[in-house]
Formats: sequence, C-alpha cells, structure tokens
Amino acid sequence: MGKTLFEKIWESHIVVEKQNEPDLIYIDRHLVHEVTSPQAFDGLRMNNRKVRRPDLTIATMDHNVPTSDRSLPMLDETSAIQIKTLEKNCKDFGITLFDINSPNQGIVHVIGPQLGITLPGSTIVCGDSHTSTHGAFGALALGIGTSEVEHVLASQTLWLEKPKTFEIRVEGKRKNPHAVTAKDIILSIIKNIGTAGGTGTVIEYRGEGISDLSMDQRMTICNMSIEGGARAGLIAPDEKTFDYLRNRKYTPKNYESLVDSWRDDLKTDSDATFDKQFILDINDISPQVSWGTNPGMTCDVDEPIPSPDEFSNGDPNQKKGAEKALEYMDLKSGTMIEDIKIDRVFIGSCTNARLEDLIEASKVIQGQKVASNVSAMVVPGSQMVKKQAEEMGLDKIFTDANFEWREAGCSMCLGMNPDILSPGERCASTSNRNFEGRQGNGGRTHLVSPVMAAAAAIYGHFVDVRKLDLN
Amino acid sequence: MKPFENVKSIVTPLDMVNVDTDQIIPKQFLKLVQKSGFGKFLFFNWRYDENKNLKSDFILNDSKYDGSKILVAGDNFGCGSSREHAVWALDDYGFSVIISSSFADIFFSNCFKNGILPISLDSKTVEKLLQETNSVEVDLENQIIKTSSENIPFEINSHKKKILLEGLDDIAQTFQFEDKICEFEEKSTIPSVL
Repeated sequence: MGKTLFEKIWESHIVVEKQNEPDLIYIDRHLVHEVTSPQAFDGLRMNNRKVRRPDLTIATMDHNVPTSDRSLPMLDETSAIQIKTLEKNCKDFGITLFDINSPNQGIVHVIGPQLGITLPGSTIVCGDSHTSTHGAFGALALGIGTSEVEHVLASQTLWLEKPKTFEIRVEGKRKNPHAVTAKDIILSIIKNIGTAGGTGTVIEYRGEGISDLSMDQRMTICNMSIEGGARAGLIAPDEKTFDYLRNRKYTPKNYESLVDSWRDDLKTDSDATFDKQFILDINDISPQVSWGTNPGMTCDVDEPIPSPDEFSNGDPNQKKGAEKALEYMDLKSGTMIEDIKIDRVFIGSCTNARLEDLIEASKVIQGQKVASNVSAMVVPGSQMVKKQAEEMGLDKIFTDANFEWREAGCSMCLGMNPDILSPGERCASTSNRNFEGRQGNGGRTHLVSPVMAAAAAIYGHFVDVRKLDLN
Repeated sequence: MKPFENVKSIVTPLDMVNVDTDQIIPKQFLKLVQKSGFGKFLFFNWRYDENKNLKSDFILNDSKYDGSKILVAGDNFGCGSSREHAVWALDDYGFSVIISSSFADIFFSNCFKNGILPISLDSKTVEKLLQETNSVEVDLENQIIKTSSENIPFEINSHKKKILLEGLDDIAQTFQFEDKICEFEEKSTIPSVL
C-alpha cells in the first residue's frame, strides 16, 4: 500500500524504533526564542551538557520585544532580562542569534522560510505551537514544550508517538480571491472540524484550493493547524515551494539536486489512505469573523451570531462554553457581524504579517483614513518584510491612513510586550487566537483576514469586503 | 524528575470545556526564566479580579478544595499555546493528576516531562467525577481510580507509565543511543543550516 507524505518524512527520520513505544526521531532544524528556552538552557548547565548541533539551531527574539523605537532601552525589566538571557545562552552554547538589532530579526515562523532555513522533507521543531507554519513547505514541523526543547538541544532528537493522518481536501475556486483569503479557508475548516478535530493527527492539506495558493497563503493555512488541535499541518511541495526557497540566505549549496529528489519523493502516493478525512468546498465561502473565545466560534461575515443552541448542536458543554463566550465578548446571538463596532485593529502575527498580507491590506485602505473611533497598527512579521514593504511604499500608505507602522515581532498577537488591549476593548485582529484575555486582560478579539481587518479599520465596524473594489 | 506517587485527595471540579493554556497561565507570567513559583499565577485572570482580590465564584477559591491534588475538567484541556509554564503552574499549585475527556497533544506531552499524570476518561465518567465530593485515590501502578463507590480503570501507554513511576531523565535515556544518532547523522541528506 502507498504512503502519505507524512509517513514518508516520519520514516526517513527514525533513529530508533521500538515496539509499542515512541520512536526516536531526528530533528533537522531547531528554532529557539526567548520565552520557552531559558529553563532548557538551565537544564543543560545543571547537567553539564552541551548543545549537540549548534549548526542546526537558530535563535531569534520575537515574543516580548517592543515594536516601538528600538534605539530606546526596554522599559519592561523582566522582558529585558529574558532578552539578555537568550543572548548569553546563545553566546555560551555557540548558537547563531538574530537579535533585536539584526536585519534578520522577526517572528521565528516568518524568518525561517525567508532565510531558507525551512526545507521540504525536513523535521523542524520550536518551543512554540505555531511551528506548524513551516509545514507549508512540506516539512514536518512540530511545536514542543520547554523540556523537549532541552532534549533537542542535548540530543538533536525527540521521542515521539507517531500521529495519525488527516486529509483535508480543499476543493473548488474562490470567486473573489482578494476578498476571500487563505485565512477564511482555515477559519472555515476549524469552524467545521472543531478546535479538537485534529487532535493526535498530522493534517495534510490537499486539492485545487490549496495548490492555487501562494506560499505566503499556504503558511497562513498550516499556521492555524494547531487551532484545529492538530500536531502539525503539511502541504506537499511543488514548483512554487522550490522557487520560494531558491537563493535565500541559508539555501543549501546543493539546492538543485535536493529539489530533484524532493520532486520525486515528497508526495502522498495515489493509493495511500488517511485515518481521517474532511472536504471543504470553497466555491461559495464567505469572509470569516470569529465571535467567541476560541477559533471554532466563527461565522460568515454576512451571518448573525448564532445562538448557543445552534452553535452547540445539542452538546450541553459546548452550549455552556458558547454562553460564557458571548458574555465575555459582550455580544448577543442574532447580532449581524457587520453591526459590530470595533476599537482597535491589529495587522500582524505569524499567521498574517507577511508581505502579501500587507500588500492586500494596503489596497483596502489606500487614500482613506482610519475611522475616528479606531486605533490601528501594522506589525510586519520580520524586519525583512518591513524593509520590502517600505521599498514598495506600503508604510506610507498605512501611515497616511493613520495606521501605526511598527518594528517586527509577535506584538499584540499575545500581548507579551507593551502592545495590548485595555479591558473591554474590541479588536479586529489578523492573529490566530481569540482566547479570553489573549491580547490583554478583558480584551475582546475577533479573528479575521488582513483585508477584513483593514476594511474594519476604515469603517469602524466589520464590513463584507466582497462589496469593496479590491482590484 | 521526581517519581510519581499514588495520590489521595478530593477532586477539584473545573466544569469547563476547551480550557486553554492562556487561561492556565496568562502571558504576563511567561517572562520568568526559572521553572518554579508559577503556582500563585495559576488561572490568574479567573482567580483574581482587577484589584487582585480573590473572586469568590471561581472554584479554586473555594476553601473546600484547599490541598486538592486532582483536577477534573471538560473536553480538550490544555489547548492552544505550547507553554510548559501551564504544567509548571499546575504542579507548583499542588495538582499531580489532571482528569479530562480529552487533552491537547502538546499539553499532554508536557505533563509527562514534569511528573504530572493526565488521565483520559469517557465523558460520562468525567461527568461523574465532576460530582464526586469524597476523597479519591489514583493508583498509577494498577491503573485504577478508587472512588467511594467504585474502581474506575484507566489506560496509559506502558512507556509513559514507566517514565512517571521511575521519574526517568529522558535525556540520559536518549544518550544510550548515541551510536544510532551518529549513524543517522552520517546518512542524513538534509544539510546543516550554516
């Protein structure tokens, strides 16, 4: 019987295989950041261990760095300590670090592909759940905890139980691809499979609706696999993938010969079977807006907010969850999404802060101004994205419209730096999680695409971007 | 890692589904560079009001559950962020067993690295345990939860059970396969980054 892409990558990375026990899997790339690594380096020191392969390990600072003027000292002392700790750890253990002043600094999942560190067919880990992003390149990319970070630093391997396989087939063509985006596809998927729908599985996204997407868009899809509960998301590499990674800073010297083998090997066999399947038809899908406190609580922009009964489909626990979510969000069932007013707009995060996201958002706001009741910011995913955008004049379009234009980092996606919502503030956000307090204690997050966020900034409430001229 | 020892205590019923790690330990506490002392920040935004006073309507603030070592919660516990700080906070607060109808993958894996036993049971049994007011004993060796009225068996992978019972250091175990790792590296086709 044929094999899936996931099974091929898994099998080619087994170091030790035991019956009824986890496999020891080799890790080709380890990405490190300031928040989930200090305790791992401490563990190495306590046991007198070193980093086995500093040449496979790359670090940057993204989670708690300020996105305002970086010539000023960091005001938050505990964040500054964490930043200094990463600098010291990288120096002591010989790890390459893109620090706050590096032109390569940025969100770890944005810079990995941009620098050519992410490679098809490789295994990639990082102490961050959105590591799934790299799966867009046909890499098996897993988010791990700090103990596992320590394990990989010490041994370049991990004991892992083999996940099950989940095929998500995206069929059809979007009628208006500028208005209905990759973000809307992945939010629709999560709305349908639920936030635990992918638990214990690696998703492979397949079909015309996926192969049509650019690499930036594919990363948005794979990025939110974790929001569907999956261990990882994968897309088989094609010529778009190979073109993207050509001539990057760390693209391997023997790249073309690697591409030749990837072209043959890195695909799911036609007779392979998956443990689970879901099919999404995107011919008629709408822009999506989350209304609750997890990414599964999402509806179409032209729909009313569902009642807890409709949402829960008879499950009393889900119903209770929806009631609690509506209370937290200060929303009522039946309210039309377009009638929801917003206070803040955040365009950023490892989900939607790549160049294409900023280009698409800039088209919506060009020549217009942010509504008087809204404050809006753009936080590019990396310093490289920021520079490219500035070369295209996008920064000017955003600042002319009264958006703030910031330095790269995770920023208000999780609010570990000063970029947070105040209690009660409502935000249209291109990030990935609308959990209670995620963007600031008491803050209310609505997950949307970059074009939907940009349009909300201009109008002061959600609007169906299909009504706008985006060409 | 400390070996897991059988636990006997009352259960704390957290009757909610999709409890994410942002709720278990909010982001402002992820800036610490050590593993200890996170217990006081556990469920911070649910435990404290804006003036840092305890909220009387949150279950952990009910003195009845002081000293409880067993947390019972609804479906998809520990979803979201990979932050191991969530497990460090539960551990430091005093929980050593978490029972739910399902766990998010990364959280589940993080538990075993810290001597915490996560137990998956069917929803009906979890519902029953959410109502349990008497002391409950969790016996890992025999894979049984003993309540005042019955013995509830639970499943656990034998490898994970061994790790918990012996408090094994994962990394030391892995180093026994050094020759295999070297062998793999010699034949690997993925070049180094630098």
